[in-house]
Amino acid sequence: MTPQALVEFLQAKFDGKLLESGMTGSDPFIRVAPEDWLSVAQSLRETPELQFDYLMCLSSVDRKELLEAVYHFYSYPQQHRLEVKVAALREAPKIPSVVHLWKTADWHEREAYDLMGIEFTGHPHLSRILLPDDWVGHPLRKDYQFPTEYHGIDHTGRKWLTLEDKIPEHLEHQTPEERAAKAAAGRAGARGGTS
Amino acid sequence: MAIHGCYTARFPRRLLLKDFMESLLGMTAQPQRLHSAHPSPDSPEPHLVTDEMVLNMGPQHPSTHGILRLILKLDGEVVRDVQAEIGYLHRCKEKIGENLQYNQYTTYSDRMDYLAGMNNNVGHAIAVERLMGNIQVPERAEYIRVIMAELNRIASHLVALGTYGVDIGAVTPFLYAFRDREKILDLFEEVSGARLLYNYVRIGGVVRDLPEGWGDRCRKFLDYLAPRLDEFDTVLSLNPIFIDRTAKVGVLPADVAINYGCTGPMLRGSGVKRDLRKDEPYSVYSRFSFETPVGPGPRGVVGDCLARYWVRIREMRESAKIVRQALDQLPSGPVMAKLPRILRVPPGEVYVRTENPRGELGFYIISDGSPKPYRFKVRSPAYCNLSVIGEISRGALVADMVAILGSIDIVLGEVDR
Repeated sequence: MTPQALVEFLQAKFDGKLLESGMTGSDPFIRVAPEDWLSVAQSLRETPELQFDYLMCLSSVDRKELLEAVYHFYSYPQQHRLEVKVAALREAPKIPSVVHLWKTADWHEREAYDLMGIEFTGHPHLSRILLPDDWVGHPLRKDYQFPTEYHGIDHTGRKWLTLEDKIPEHLEHQTPEERAAKAAAGRAGARGGTS
Repeated sequence: MAIHGCYTARFPRRLLLKDFMESLLGMTAQPQRLHSAHPSPDSPEPHLVTDEMVLNMGPQHPSTHGILRLILKLDGEVVRDVQAEIGYLHRCKEKIGENLQYNQYTTYSDRMDYLAGMNNNVGHAIAVERLMGNIQVPERAEYIRVIMAELNRIASHLVALGTYGVDIGAVTPFLYAFRDREKILDLFEEVSGARLLYNYVRIGGVVRDLPEGWGDRCRKFLDYLAPRLDEFDTVLSLNPIFIDRTAKVGVLPADVAINYGCTGPMLRGSGVKRDLRKDEPYSVYSRFSFETPVGPGPRGVVGDCLARYWVRIREMRESAKIVRQALDQLPSGPVMAKLPRILRVPPGEVYVRTENPRGELGFYIISDGSPKPYRFKVRSPAYCNLSVIGEISRGALVADMVAILGSIDIVLGEVDR
């Protein structure tokens, strides 16, 4: 199907469920509400004229008050492309999961959850995938605050250990007094060497 | 289990294996025994009661080609389940993309799939050019891009095949492969000054023209390569031990491959004749004649490890064919379009996919009209290819895990981005 024909076909088929439809550049796209997404996804995959069997990419986009999931589909038998956008409110970003239809969505939904904080309801094990499990926040959101430290590792690059600092216990080989004395001796030696 | 203690001590910041297994698989990682200390009296042979065992492969393991952790659930020698934990090499490529101007990102695209820097450069450049819409890339630059991308595909496959041999226990072919790859890197060094991270293909063309006599040296290399590939076949591809290790192992059916989004040699190994260079020709690929190899291999079945290997080794010959044609047709002229110093990209969005050595590399870029992208998403082929590992290694033997993982040909820099 040509992109234009595909858009018309989708408009006729999902009448009333499409919030928006048209072309982005050369690709046809539709916008669906989260509550309709599961049934639309099912027919995208199973309708003989559509047969979208391959989910190329799942991206998440921060649209200020909305968080958006963008699906790029391709059909190997029919050789056409489609972009689907599903947006949910930022306060409760819940979008139904499509893992049972396309397994590609498994890791991609986990990634979108990890980096953007979109919650995919019905995902078998939605958890962080690229960041550590105890990471705070979702970095790809536009209002993300970069952390200044993570488990005692300083991220600002400004904090250096001084002689007065308490050294973590497992690294403690000498008392602060011993360290100070050693450092003073080192400085004296260095001066002696250069003068 | 001793592994838990060891893991906790070395990586105290991540969650414990026990919590991880409980949360993901809904199973408890209690200390497991092969022989039960308290045999159940109901069992016919109480002293032979066995439990499932959890084995941690990686994160530092020579066959994981980077830092990847696989959690294997074993029943004796048989793998019951595999859980991959990735992210150790996450470098925030997408967030960085949102904070850089379009032309500044080229160096970062090199570092995603560091075995195929040229291919990544080409994908990124094409994506931004389509988004801008009005750029006329000079003809000569398009041909040079194709030459570089195909040479890099050969180099990347040589690493994949050589290291695959090492994974399975054949060390010599690895040295052969790296010897030949060096010659490609020499050619790249001449044009770009670098041997791994090239930053050569830029938005609007390529950064500088080919040096004097480079085409002849490239032809000489292609003449040199053809007999070397035959040699490689003799040493590794048709080696009976190698075939025994890879044929009928890790079979990936075509429908599963498509469902998991596998692309590139993974998909073609499963018998699906799909290649973006032919199906959605970008650049000047439509002007060259070449074949799309598909599985099965010389033995075995469609979709096994040997088929994936075989697709790669035959793709190298096809790439050499493309390079030769491109060198013959190479037009003269400029190699860079006239562009302003700061690129003005109109608002809009684009999803562009190109054929990388590992499969479909996609760039989804949203522009809001400012000098920096609003959203920069990378769809990496190895990320999707790796996600299928649980499916194809279920029921395999522990010893075959390395063969299966090697045949997927992952680059962790691209998986984690």
